[in-house]
Amino acid sequence: MAITVDTINQGTVVDHIQQGMGIRVMELLGIDKNYPHRVALVMNVISKKSGKKDIVKIEGILVSEEKTDALALISPNATVNHIQDGKVVKKKKAELPEKMEGVGKCPNPNCISNHQDVLSRFALDGEEYRCGYCERKFRASELV
Amino acid sequence: MDLISFRDLSKEEVEDYFARAEAMDKQLESGNVEKLEGIVATMFFEPSTRTKLSFQSAAERLGLQIVDFVGETSSLKKGESFEDTIKTVDGYADIIVLRHPLEGSARVAAEFAKAPVANGGDGGNQHPSQTLLDLYTLKKMKGDIGALNVHLVGDLKHARTMRSLLYGLAMFGAKVKLVAPAGLEMARDAIADVKEKFGVEVEETDVIDFKGADVVYVCRIQEERFEDKYEAMSVKKKFTIKPEYLQGVKEDMIILHPLPKIDEIPPEVDKSKYARYFEQAKNGIPMRMAIMKKMLSSAQQSQCEAKRAKPGTALASHCEKKPKVSKMMEGE
Repeated sequence: MAITVDTINQGTVVDHIQQGMGIRVMELLGIDKNYPHRVALVMNVISKKSGKKDIVKIEGILVSEEKTDALALISPNATVNHIQDGKVVKKKKAELPEKMEGVGKCPNPNCISNHQDVLSRFALDGEEYRCGYCERKFRASELV
Repeated sequence: MDLISFRDLSKEEVEDYFARAEAMDKQLESGNVEKLEGIVATMFFEPSTRTKLSFQSAAERLGLQIVDFVGETSSLKKGESFEDTIKTVDGYADIIVLRHPLEGSARVAAEFAKAPVANGGDGGNQHPSQTLLDLYTLKKMKGDIGALNVHLVGDLKHARTMRSLLYGLAMFGAKVKLVAPAGLEMARDAIADVKEKFGVEVEETDVIDFKGADVVYVCRIQEERFEDKYEAMSVKKKFTIKPEYLQGVKEDMIILHPLPKIDEIPPEVDKSKYARYFEQAKNGIPMRMAIMKKMLSSAQQSQCEAKRAKPGTALASHCEKKPKVSKMMEGE
């Protein structure tokens, strides 16, 4: 049986989310129970490319390029569509950013960023991210 | 100008530190040490004897004053934040030397403080002044660092000096052999990092064989890292540098150690011609003098530039000339 989700007029649709990661996408975008507008999370949608995927529709915000790229940490193929007047006006694929500030958390419990009120900071170094404080390297998926 | 991590330094900058330390060595030898003005705050949140004393001794020789912050008896006990502590001490000193158990603490301190920060060890991460003095020692004793075959021996997992040193040796193209017991090997990312960045050869083994080595750099096996005390004892026994390990080694091989050493080097080896760690420790003085002098002159230049940018501000006399040398003292 098909599930119908309303289209949105102004907002963002995050598509091609890796199956099961929709909730993490919402967390990363800061969408929680206090968000005042309509939000739809659709899980296990049939996808020609990946078998199954998740989709998140958020009314009222246009997700920034920085946040779009941060989505690549948890779902490398996610795409972000900006919707205005019911139409897609911009489409961007999430790409691992060269640098991140305030996105992600250092997994090293002995890193000062987990003990002081400082913004987390990472820079891409090869295929992994290096923490700007403790200087250790981690896989992208470990940061969120 | 801060000194936070060896990773921040280029080879040219490291060579500049060598040249400055050499100049300090010459001044110490001649007895004529240029005196500077300023206050150094030593902030050690973890126990330290060598690093702290070495920085303090170097500061004294430069004529600098020292204010000492003792972590265990400070305002931290009353619950003061790290940020507040650094900002407060920043108002008291011209240089901050910091040791702290959390990794990245020196980087954060440098962002809170206006005064230059020297990292005296941040958790298991970096100990750049130790690496600078180690490399300076190698240059003084052996010449071309890039031509050396260096064995790093002991607990390579927990010793921050080894992590920094591997990076420094790789920067100069030295051939490195990592000799560690199973479970105490150097972190994978540290090895991959230097191979990728400098294209150097790094060999790993748990077998001690010093034949062909130019330098053996030893650090302690920490018994407390082992759950099985019997295993700890047997590993410690194997990684004690016994006199028989020195049979057939190169005549001019040297043994270094960051100190303090406990029982990993027996007295017979201590007395051998190979043992050079006390000379190594002594090199901490000229190197740390060089570091602090560079920090002060760099801070002063920034102040002068800021004043020059403000028309109508009177320039201090030292802004005409670069170094902040108040007078030449003789007979030290």
